[in-house]
Amino acid sequence: MNIIIVGCGKVGEVLAAQLNKEGHNVTVVDERADKVKAVANKYDIMGVIGNGACRSTQIEAGVDSTDLLIAVTGTDEVNLLCCLVAKKSANCRTIARLKNPDYNIDAPYFKGELGLSMVINPELAAAREIARILNFPSAMKIETFAKGRVELLTFKIPDGNRLHGMSVKEVAMKFKTDVTFCTIERDDDAFIANGNFVFAERDLVSIIASPASAKDFFSKIDYKIQPIKDTIIVGGGSIAYYLTDILLRSGISVKIIEKNRERCHELASEFEHAVIINGDPTDEDILREEGIGSVSSFVALTGLDEENILLSIFAKNSGSRKVITKVNRIEYDNITSQLDLDSIVHPKNITADTIISYVRAMNNSSGSNIETLYNLINGKAEAAEFTVCEGSPIIGKPLMELKLKPDVLIATLQRGRAQISPRGHTVIEPGDSVVIVTKGITLNDAADILA
Amino acid sequence: MNLRMIKYTLGWLLVFEAAFFVVPMLTALVYLESAGLGFLWSALICLALGGLLVLKKPKKSTIYAKEGFVIVALSWIVMSIFGSLPFLFTGVTDSFVDALFETSSGFTTTGASIFRTVEDLPKCILMWRSFTHWVGGMGVLVFIMAFLPLGGGQNMHIMRAESPGPEVSKLVPKVKHTALILYSIYFALTVLQFIILLFSGMSAFDAINTAFSTAGTGGFGIRNDSFSSFSAVQQIIVTVFMLVFSINFNSYYLALRLKFREAFNNEVRTFLLVVAVSIGIVAFNIYGVYGTVGEALRHAAFNVASLISTTGFTTANFDLWPSLAKTVLVLVMFIGACAGSTGGGMKVSRLVIAFKGFAREINTLVHPKQVKKITIDKRAVDGEVIRSVNSYLACYILVFALSLLLITIDGRDLVTNFTAVAATLNNVGPGLAGVGPVSNFADFSVFSKLVLIFDMIAGRLELFPMLVLLSPAAWKKA
Repeated sequence: MNIIIVGCGKVGEVLAAQLNKEGHNVTVVDERADKVKAVANKYDIMGVIGNGACRSTQIEAGVDSTDLLIAVTGTDEVNLLCCLVAKKSANCRTIARLKNPDYNIDAPYFKGELGLSMVINPELAAAREIARILNFPSAMKIETFAKGRVELLTFKIPDGNRLHGMSVKEVAMKFKTDVTFCTIERDDDAFIANGNFVFAERDLVSIIASPASAKDFFSKIDYKIQPIKDTIIVGGGSIAYYLTDILLRSGISVKIIEKNRERCHELASEFEHAVIINGDPTDEDILREEGIGSVSSFVALTGLDEENILLSIFAKNSGSRKVITKVNRIEYDNITSQLDLDSIVHPKNITADTIISYVRAMNNSSGSNIETLYNLINGKAEAAEFTVCEGSPIIGKPLMELKLKPDVLIATLQRGRAQISPRGHTVIEPGDSVVIVTKGITLNDAADILA
Repeated sequence: MNLRMIKYTLGWLLVFEAAFFVVPMLTALVYLESAGLGFLWSALICLALGGLLVLKKPKKSTIYAKEGFVIVALSWIVMSIFGSLPFLFTGVTDSFVDALFETSSGFTTTGASIFRTVEDLPKCILMWRSFTHWVGGMGVLVFIMAFLPLGGGQNMHIMRAESPGPEVSKLVPKVKHTALILYSIYFALTVLQFIILLFSGMSAFDAINTAFSTAGTGGFGIRNDSFSSFSAVQQIIVTVFMLVFSINFNSYYLALRLKFREAFNNEVRTFLLVVAVSIGIVAFNIYGVYGTVGEALRHAAFNVASLISTTGFTTANFDLWPSLAKTVLVLVMFIGACAGSTGGGMKVSRLVIAFKGFAREINTLVHPKQVKKITIDKRAVDGEVIRSVNSYLACYILVFALSLLLITIDGRDLVTNFTAVAATLNNVGPGLAGVGPVSNFADFSVFSKLVLIFDMIAGRLELFPMLVLLSPAAWKKA
């Protein structure tokens, strides 16, 4: 497919890299010549320098033969204009990133009346992910499938845990749980779980389960963190805004520390029940005064990755039970994974995952539609949810009779409201939604898992 | 330096070269020449060695700019070395340096030959010489990239190092598709010329060779007198096609997409203007030699087109023409073709940028505080590009002077030496005096031939890849 990406920031770059890797013809547009050149040199894509909202620039970028335009500049208005111009003139599909809460309410209007294919709000998505983790603090990371009925949870096996030295099979027999093990990350390697895989301390394990069985599993393996009652958020940006909104609703008390006085006033007028502190979050005294030692969770959301990482280490050492760190730059992943941080959230990756699952869905003309897509373990593996349609080659046969590619795992099935853990004799029916975990394969269609 | 990836790429190059040998082998089959066996052996050697190198794909396929330069420079050297095997196996020459000179001259589309006569060479050897022009014209690695994903996502580094011109831009997002488009245009134009030449009454063998040689702007002839004994109509056809192949191929792509205004850009206009003016001066100057306007114009047009496109066919011994005509011919050699074409020389766009740069420099002396940008086709030229053009020109003069000095050790006259370097560094072929249209490069010493081989490859790759290859900085570990 021909895809134009307007905006060469971090999201733009992640998207360009991923979409190029998946074989699409990508053109990036940005006014900053140095950014465009850097990205165009790094990947096999074309760069156009200019204002992406401008019709002539779009024509230069080949909008007339493009299938999709993705506007991810830093300015919502520019993104909207890009999409409107492209939609009107070339009638291609469009995706806009909108981060301003004001526009968030208008999203249905943009999609309906203005014809945008998708509106994505990275900050809101990140806030939702953080809220999920705070609601279930045993996990490092939680992604949801089937509208939240099934979750993909990642956790680290603590030192001295009883899972150490047990194989996947043994765990399933001993604890009689309903969870499906998906991927294991050890050092730099990624594995897809099979029955004989033996766990070790400090493995990062991901499982798929319903929220109830996940809870049950964690208590059976003695890995449980008390529910979160209160939180300190440092940095009062958009994510903090959305997060506070969600947390207050679910009854968690929120304290925000923000440097900018103006912003504090805005937040204070928005959230009556939150405690807004105007102060420098890097000031140790303020953090201690506000109870960093006794708070049950700490979320670092300032604009600087370095500051977030350092603050999180400080909070962890001071005794906060659950620490969540926002990191924008993916390049830091190798370093941050070595630090003793609980959960790291990459807002840009969330955006890229969402857009890429949309592109894959566009790409498959028939068969089963991709619903959700998550990148696991730095993109080494992925989990995708499909709705299987009539006529797909994977239906009507017991799973053990399907010839699958290596490193493919059918993790869970959702039939109506019921969740089914797939076994060898399970038969997939049309309308089922399946979650498939793979390594090294790009899935556009559920049938792609067949060898 | 990712040595594994360099070896892997060179392996594929040898595999492709083995495939290239099929063309002269088929020729040998058609004419029942035993020389075809020489190509068979060469192909087997390339296939065995290349196959060995490509067996294992490197785990780390990341390459950076320096690997791009080194891969391109090494590829052209390796390709020339292995391409020279048939000359030795068939016994048409017994000197390795001569064979290497002939092959590098072929791949770099120079057309300078060490053979005193060519009509007595086997037909398959003639076909191989012409075919090396065609392969080298558009760039071999670009050709390979159209089929193989060589350097992962970073194959732009290779394309940039191999393609001529100050700025290399892709036509479509993917390097692979860009390479395919360029080669399709190249192929289509070559076939077109072949068909037109057939209709003009040329034999199929002559037409294929001429088409290959013109398309790559090479210049290896199939007759001892180059193009003099072909008919006037055929000379005019070749004149037109030499000019066609010296225009930026991007322009053809834009024209096909009906963007005529962008296709007919500043560089193309400047190129055609220079050609017209040069033809005018030469024709006026040689009118006395030929006596009729038509005759003078035809010879002027053919030889100007031949030298500015850096092809190197000739219809007359221009060494005997008046001084003014000779000087114009030597000057157009330096100007060369448009960027992104198959021609050599300094490239019109580079000279346009350089001249606008000089004009700006003079302007700044008059108005020291003036802010002025160099623009081409209403677009400001990037400072980086101006800098690279300037350093290219400085480098060019240095390499030229050094080569001239080195081959002067042979003791031949200045005009011969000067035009020999000009003809090889600009990938033209014939020069004046001792290397004029009726002479050849056989009389140089082995050392001088090696210097000229370096000049040909450096000229084709526009200096920097060869200089990076020789630079210790590129080979340092960190």
